[in-house]
Amino acid sequence: MNTQPTVLSNFSLPLQWTLRLLLQWPLQWLLRLSWLVLMALLFLPPAQAESIAPGSATVSALAEGGMARSQALNDWIEQPPADPADAAALHALNHDRLFVHTTAPARLGVEHADGQLRDPASGAVLGTSTDTGWEKIRLNNAIRIKLRPRIDLLDLRAPDAAVRHAAAEDLFSARLTPAYVQEIKALIPTLAEPETQAKLGQLVAGFELNDPNPQVRLAAVAGVADVLDPEIRARLAPLAENDPDPTVKAAAKAALDSIQRRVDVWQFSQNLVFGLSLGSVLLLSAIGLAITFGVMGVINMAHGEMMMIGAYTTWVLQQLLPNHLSAALFLAIPAAFVVAGLVGIAIERGLIRFLYGRPLETLLATFGLSLMLQQAARLIFSPLNRAVALPEFMQGSWALNPVFAITFNRMYILIFSLLVFFALLLLLKRSTFGLRIRAVAQNRQMARACGVRSGWVDALTFGLGSGIAGVAGVALALITNVGPNLGQNYIVDSFMVVVLGGVGNLWGTLVAGMGIGVLNKFLEPYAGAVLAKVVVLVLVILVIQKRPRGLFPQKGRAAEE
Amino acid sequence: MSSIHTDHDSFGERLRHTPAGTPDTTHGSILYLEGVTLSFDGFKALNNLNLTLDDGELRCIIGPNGAGKSTMMDVITGRRRPDQGQVFFGQNIDLLKLPEHEIANGMVGRKFQRPTVFEALSVAENIELTLTGSRSPWRMLRARRTAQEQDRIDEILTTIGLIEHRQADARILSHGQKQWLEIGMLLAQNPRILLVDEPVAGMTGEEVARTAELLVSLAGKRTVVVVEHDMAFVRKIARKVTVLHQGSVLAEGSLDTVQNNPKVIEVYLGETPCSH
Amino acid sequence: MLLKKLFNGSDAAGFWVLAAIGLMLVWVSVANLALPADHPLHVSTYTVTLLGKFLCYALLAVSIDLIWGYAGILSLGHGAFFALGGYAMGMYLMRQIGDRGQYGNPNLPDFMVFLNWHELPWYWQGFEHFWFAALMIVLVPGLLAGLFGWLAFRSRVSGVYLSIITQALTFALMLAFFRNEMGFGGNNGLTDFKDILGFSISDDRTRIALFVASGLALIGGYLLARAVVRSRFGRVLVALRDAEPRTRACGYPVARYKLLVFVLSAMLAGVAGALYVPQVGIINPGEFSPLSSIEAVAWVATGGRGTLFGPIIGAFAVNYSKTELTTLAPELWLFFLGGLFILVTVFLPQGLVSLFRRKAKTPPASVTKADVTEANTTKAKPTEAKS
Repeated sequence: MNTQPTVLSNFSLPLQWTLRLLLQWPLQWLLRLSWLVLMALLFLPPAQAESIAPGSATVSALAEGGMARSQALNDWIEQPPADPADAAALHALNHDRLFVHTTAPARLGVEHADGQLRDPASGAVLGTSTDTGWEKIRLNNAIRIKLRPRIDLLDLRAPDAAVRHAAAEDLFSARLTPAYVQEIKALIPTLAEPETQAKLGQLVAGFELNDPNPQVRLAAVAGVADVLDPEIRARLAPLAENDPDPTVKAAAKAALDSIQRRVDVWQFSQNLVFGLSLGSVLLLSAIGLAITFGVMGVINMAHGEMMMIGAYTTWVLQQLLPNHLSAALFLAIPAAFVVAGLVGIAIERGLIRFLYGRPLETLLATFGLSLMLQQAARLIFSPLNRAVALPEFMQGSWALNPVFAITFNRMYILIFSLLVFFALLLLLKRSTFGLRIRAVAQNRQMARACGVRSGWVDALTFGLGSGIAGVAGVALALITNVGPNLGQNYIVDSFMVVVLGGVGNLWGTLVAGMGIGVLNKFLEPYAGAVLAKVVVLVLVILVIQKRPRGLFPQKGRAAEE
Repeated sequence: MSSIHTDHDSFGERLRHTPAGTPDTTHGSILYLEGVTLSFDGFKALNNLNLTLDDGELRCIIGPNGAGKSTMMDVITGRRRPDQGQVFFGQNIDLLKLPEHEIANGMVGRKFQRPTVFEALSVAENIELTLTGSRSPWRMLRARRTAQEQDRIDEILTTIGLIEHRQADARILSHGQKQWLEIGMLLAQNPRILLVDEPVAGMTGEEVARTAELLVSLAGKRTVVVVEHDMAFVRKIARKVTVLHQGSVLAEGSLDTVQNNPKVIEVYLGETPCSH
Repeated sequence: MLLKKLFNGSDAAGFWVLAAIGLMLVWVSVANLALPADHPLHVSTYTVTLLGKFLCYALLAVSIDLIWGYAGILSLGHGAFFALGGYAMGMYLMRQIGDRGQYGNPNLPDFMVFLNWHELPWYWQGFEHFWFAALMIVLVPGLLAGLFGWLAFRSRVSGVYLSIITQALTFALMLAFFRNEMGFGGNNGLTDFKDILGFSISDDRTRIALFVASGLALIGGYLLARAVVRSRFGRVLVALRDAEPRTRACGYPVARYKLLVFVLSAMLAGVAGALYVPQVGIINPGEFSPLSSIEAVAWVATGGRGTLFGPIIGAFAVNYSKTELTTLAPELWLFFLGGLFILVTVFLPQGLVSLFRRKAKTPPASVTKADVTEANTTKAKPTEAKS
């Protein structure tokens, strides 16, 4: 059960329907069916159950008041409810709405919102709460504490998943007797969500792993041998260390080892996914640079600001279409491309073309430009960060187990970055425009002689790179805050990716982006996020020392002369 | 040209008995390239190239574009390392084991195709920086121009005909003057081998004649290798010509011999060596 | 005059700039200490500190010019060496606080007490001695520059690649110094200094002394840099700046030259940082930010690289504008700085000094040959994205 996907409520359009068809509907039906069966089983009136029918021993004792009432409450609460009426009465008790008719006939009445008292079983109106003879059953603290897990157990059977979930959470802090634990244990297999199951399994195991009976402990160990939750591991560890019973000790140790192995595998996968996710962000921010820097040889320090422009475009579109978040997002992709692309063309025509052949000057001038663009953003949009709202289909995550989960927005960005990458690759390799870009990049004079208008190609190429940066900004807006410094945070990383991958080599950019991302995430557990970044930067610097032309350099005469 | 026979045992002996940095030229040869192969992305720029230069000769190397002339010079100067093969300076010094700047210091000097002089420095300073001597940064911090050095600078400037311009910034020189300055810088390095890449490209007729004179006068004391497309110029200076094609030696001999070589004619067919 | 003799006519502008600095040192000191506060010619301590800061910036600018203007190495991370020198000084000043900190711990600086540390980390040992700190001020930046430069120059990382990895270097250092665990005060850095060499740091006379020391360091740094670029070593630098492959072909171990001048420059930057910290009273990781480094590059570019005195003028001019502008209209400062970068690179590549120089005697930074060669290199690279 643990490996079943959960949280199916929020899914994206195509994926959503597929997954619904495959998982959610069958599961829901299964769930409803089991709920019906459970109800039927539970509420077949058991013969021996203490009834709360009018005049029963319990009700009489409640009507009596004093010690007798306390005793009766205690006994009543400890028993699982006999029928739906019993459950309804307990709920009413919990909400201070249960009344008892103190004079004969002794009977219970549930106060409803309109002030009417009704019979818990039949629903017949018995009077109002102010009628003489009716008394509200007040609870003292001791009883309340006892009542809490009972109510939680009732809630675990509720049709609403959220209620069930909350009840499971609540049980952790409730005071449980062994009887309750047994009840919970019996209830676990009937629950629909693996998450809730795992939670309660943990709860039961927590009790049973400390059971004085070694047999029970052994069984508990066997029961949790495939649970990956860190809580369970923490409880197993002391058993594996120093359980008095050698069998239990060995079993606990074996279980712990096997859990650890599985956790390691999942942790590895999780790190890999996190790393690829970070890598996809790096890739997105570096692809545009791979064009302007890699293909054209222009050092554009304002590249980060192109991303910033893309991110702000997304934000503005969302402000314009506050009720259509998805539509705003899909519109933002072409819009950001066009806006950033036009700004890029303006930069190329207005500044960079005067500086061709002077890379250091280009670097400084575009850096100045980036300062101005940042400051402009500060003045236009305020220095505060803006948050872009995630459309519904990007919210939520896909949790395979406690160790492995993927958030949807990250997954979409990963897919998106690859799409952009391959689209660009196709454009460069297969289209006439791509051919012209490459021609001008390789031999400007010759290309010009062949009738290519190199000035225009330069402008458009730069616009293309900038536009892609804008599109990257759309993706970044979904995972970070949109602010004037958004681009700055990525510019050094992007350059590292392009340089490491080998300037002018798109595949190298892909490998370097993903590599840096994964390496970062694998270092994080050991070094912490900041130090991991430092280590990666240092490693990249070292690699560049070893391979000054990147991991995948362009070979041949042209590359050096 | 067939490959050079080397006896490894006796070679080892010599290595031990020759002072470091001095080429052993007892067999009359100063440079041996042996089976040198270098490829870029599968394209073999040099393909099993074998070449021997005699000490003090003036050799012209010709060949169509892409024949591997520049790459060969890269390998000799240590700018590129071949995938296979050996490069020996004399019989005892393995150039493949030396860094570029050590090869440049007193062994092989190279004049690039496009003249590169230090534009921001004066003509005299250009020569000064290339004079033989210590290249250590620490020494350079304290170095003063000695009278000896001044004499040598003047001597070289006279040889290349730039003595008048010694105080001028190199950037104001004409194209031909820059070519000569670069040859002068090469002389200052006092290399045993001079690699000269297209020395007369873009020169006037008079300048070409002066350059030919200069190169011929340099041979003898040094080994001069000239790579040139201009066949008229080659005819003026050449004693022995090597034709490169597709990264290896196609023919070798006097200009007339190689020009009548059927293989050479075939390679140059449609690309007849043209003169100005 | 000895100074005048040193400058044998060919570097008159440099002489006048130094003379102006000397004059300023004397005049400001006198006007601050000897004149009463209400005297019209009195110079406030605030101004003294401001000018002292500018002097340190000018030294940083000279150190950048030494490598950029003469060796063609554009470091976008020189702020890192400045900051390291500053931290070394800051550590000394922290140790001088003794038990006068908020927590009154005689051995540990406040932030360590705050972090529940119980003993001084090993790398803080020795910083209670001024001589040790003074040594570290040049050694630490020098060693880092040495290590970094050795790696970079040996494998021929140059041009914009070098610029970008120097930026990455200072970025990495900034991230590292932001961490509390590094033991350098994290986010807040080192501050609340009390005294230096036994003199109260807030005393006017100490301030003047620091101001004068900064001025002398600048003059000393200038003369040192001048001696270097006028030696044959300096000519080799200019040669490798304009035609590195050619210089290598001449037999010069180019990497060693670059390394030596890079280390020297880093040490100068370290000294500048060390003098800067006691005057502003704080050093924090913000000094490592790439923006600080690039601002310093702006001073050099504005003043005129390849002249040594240009960067001094640039540092003063830009920082004076910054002070004025950030009080008048703070939101315009970044527009100004950004615009300055663009204007200078496009219209005034030789900087402000080229406006006044009639005929160049010192070799001006060549923006032609080396850069063009380099551009060709990048441009020539094929687009090929191999599949």
